[in-house]
Amino acid sequence: MLDRLSHHTLLRHLLLTLVAGAALVALTYGLSPYRSYQLATGAAYLCATAGLTLLVGLSGQLSLGHGALMAVGAYACALTSAELGDAGTTGPLLLLLPLAAAVVVTAAVGGVVGLAGARLHGPYLPELTLTLTIVVPSITTTFADRLGGDQGLSVLVEPAPAGLGATFPLERWQAWIACGAALLTMFLLANLVHSRFGREVRAVRDDEVAARLAGIDVARTKVLVFVVSAATAGLGGGLLAVLTQAVSPGGFSLAFSLFLLMAVVIGGIGRLAGAVWGALLLVVLPDLTTSLADRVGSSPALAERLDGNLSLLVFGVVLIVVTIAFPQGIQGLLSSAAARLPRPSRPGPSPSSPTRSSPSRPTSTSSESIDV
Amino acid sequence: MSSPMPRLRRSLTAIASLSLVGSLTACGGGGDSAASAPGVTADSILVGTHQPLTGPAAAGYSTISPATKAYFDYVNANGGVHGRKITYTVKDDGYNPANTQKVVRELVLKDKVFAIVNGLGTPTHTGVLDFLKTNKVPDLFVASGSRSWNQPEKYPTTFGFQADYTTEAKVQATYIEENLDGKKVCFLGQDDDFGQDTLRGLTQVLGEDGVAERQKYVTSNTNVAPQVGKLKAAGCEVVVLATVPGFTALAVGTAARLKFAPQWISTSVGADLATVGAALGDAAPLLEGFLSTNYLPSAFDSDDPWITLFQKINKEHNGDKPFTGNTVYGMTAGYLFVEALQKTGKDLTREGLLETMASGELDGPGLTSPRYSEDDHAGYGGAQMAKVTGTSQDYFGPVYATDDRESTPVKVFDGEATAPPSDGIPSE
Repeated sequence: MLDRLSHHTLLRHLLLTLVAGAALVALTYGLSPYRSYQLATGAAYLCATAGLTLLVGLSGQLSLGHGALMAVGAYACALTSAELGDAGTTGPLLLLLPLAAAVVVTAAVGGVVGLAGARLHGPYLPELTLTLTIVVPSITTTFADRLGGDQGLSVLVEPAPAGLGATFPLERWQAWIACGAALLTMFLLANLVHSRFGREVRAVRDDEVAARLAGIDVARTKVLVFVVSAATAGLGGGLLAVLTQAVSPGGFSLAFSLFLLMAVVIGGIGRLAGAVWGALLLVVLPDLTTSLADRVGSSPALAERLDGNLSLLVFGVVLIVVTIAFPQGIQGLLSSAAARLPRPSRPGPSPSSPTRSSPSRPTSTSSESIDV
Repeated sequence: MSSPMPRLRRSLTAIASLSLVGSLTACGGGGDSAASAPGVTADSILVGTHQPLTGPAAAGYSTISPATKAYFDYVNANGGVHGRKITYTVKDDGYNPANTQKVVRELVLKDKVFAIVNGLGTPTHTGVLDFLKTNKVPDLFVASGSRSWNQPEKYPTTFGFQADYTTEAKVQATYIEENLDGKKVCFLGQDDDFGQDTLRGLTQVLGEDGVAERQKYVTSNTNVAPQVGKLKAAGCEVVVLATVPGFTALAVGTAARLKFAPQWISTSVGADLATVGAALGDAAPLLEGFLSTNYLPSAFDSDDPWITLFQKINKEHNGDKPFTGNTVYGMTAGYLFVEALQKTGKDLTREGLLETMASGELDGPGLTSPRYSEDDHAGYGGAQMAKVTGTSQDYFGPVYATDDRESTPVKVFDGEATAPPSDGIPSE
């Protein structure tokens, strides 16, 4: 049974997803509403970081604009929910349709950016995506009549289903929604990574000429990865909009886009498990630094200056330390630590043991495959 | 690495780390014993607020919450309210609605505050109305003149504080009709409810054609030259401003550079002389003749008993910081909150506090009284014109009373301003 399971990627991922889902549901019952809200926020971030780590680590395309793509998703979600609200829609549709719209619209935007990006090399794709972080907030203030300007839009959110009981905290319900979406994202991405498409993406990253010679459509592959990555960012943005019941351009600044990228690098680039660490950092670090600033800031004026800037500073320092000390990120460090543990159940290391039908690991050192 | 076991091991590691993460987060959780009123103990009351201590609206506004806190400290030093000391937790949101979402959730869900008092900003506070309503948190004296706070049916726990922008603009428009008749009136406002509500008041009195050129700005872009240029090109003679102090200074300064000198008339929030003058620096004399409306005692009027009281508190509990309109504003909010607590009584609950608010008993500093009642959650119901002369900003003309409804005319206020209690602390 175990043997069969470890051979069957889909089944293994499904099992892992279900176990994680059950664990998370159990977990939320032990959490205060505030922690539930943080968990939900982390899950929303996870959708974006998972897609971003796939884009950067697996396909080698660097995006500095994922925060802006999340904004696209958040606004798509808000506008759809407003339309549905006007039309008198209630129930699960009022939640699911806006989130679906967030995914579809952001995927479309990602397609356009990806089409342009697939023609670009070197620093030009990051620069293109960087413009997104400038353009998207400007659009919201230019079309303020429709998009609410700096004030943003509010999002119609229904309370937790009555079936869960009157005292059921909204935050726990939100955590369920966000974690469900994040698990679905992780499940789909994990399978994508282990599919034929995932191997093609890695081939394109390692050597475009070789990939082309092997019959892979390089441009199509690159664009598709960008679309997938944008779709997950859109889902993350839509979830954030649902969680806060509002969306405004201030939440998706350039700094936020950079935070996303930093989180992915610190977590372990190209690894889905690393994206989990990254999302966790995104939630925890700003909180930690704020309380740190409160304690360190001897004068209120200093505390005011530190507030907001300190998290940028701490993130930067952590990024430098991680890049120098363990370039594979937190998850890389964990896996290498796990690899050093004694393995009683194995008859000893045999690097040349016959491979099974599953894909072999890439050869170059920089091309760590995706772990789950 | 290719034997089947490591993959399974990795999966198991992942599950293990997931549950580890879970238990770590759970440590911070922990339920609280269901107290009747969150944030209230036998000897303390915890309240919170969100303020722009940094960011585009920090100029001036960052001094409001220290003033409120100073008033609370004064009350605490005199025995507190029904034996309870007030703790005021101030969170910086940088006037960024996304940050407000975060800090207000921290205040309500994590710190478990009893109420949100004087949360500042139209764009910022609008985004947390639904959240506060869902959690039944009293949301009192919102520091903004938007009409959104006055929706008792939709947001039963939210109460306004300021004379709303529509009310202020109607008073300004009445002044324009009576004194600046025939001049070309234009408008520059923030691109949100703040600007729209102000414009609404102007057009209610002056008519849709009464406001010729209308320009708007966003706080995320500090270049207002295009807007001011258009106002100049349109030949505006009177420009009504719905701007935060930093942008009042920008507008006045930019206009001076463009050799454009209309009669400025600003709503109270963007008109504090000390704040705008400080932002203009050496160019502060540009403000000579600057008109505005306000509804609170003037910080320059040392004869006013409220100002005497607040100056004393400012000296004793606020480090004798510069005494400005923002100081008066912050302390007034503090006074009204303490008054509401006093009148609610020893047995403090959220419901009880909201009942006191709706009872209409509150009456503190101000040219008129707050309008609070069961079906009206708006703040002050009137305003007076003020003018900058030299380094002073003084009221002139009558106090007008009105509200934001089109059908309500602007009338001269015939009531009396309330005098402060002798010890400066409201009675029960």
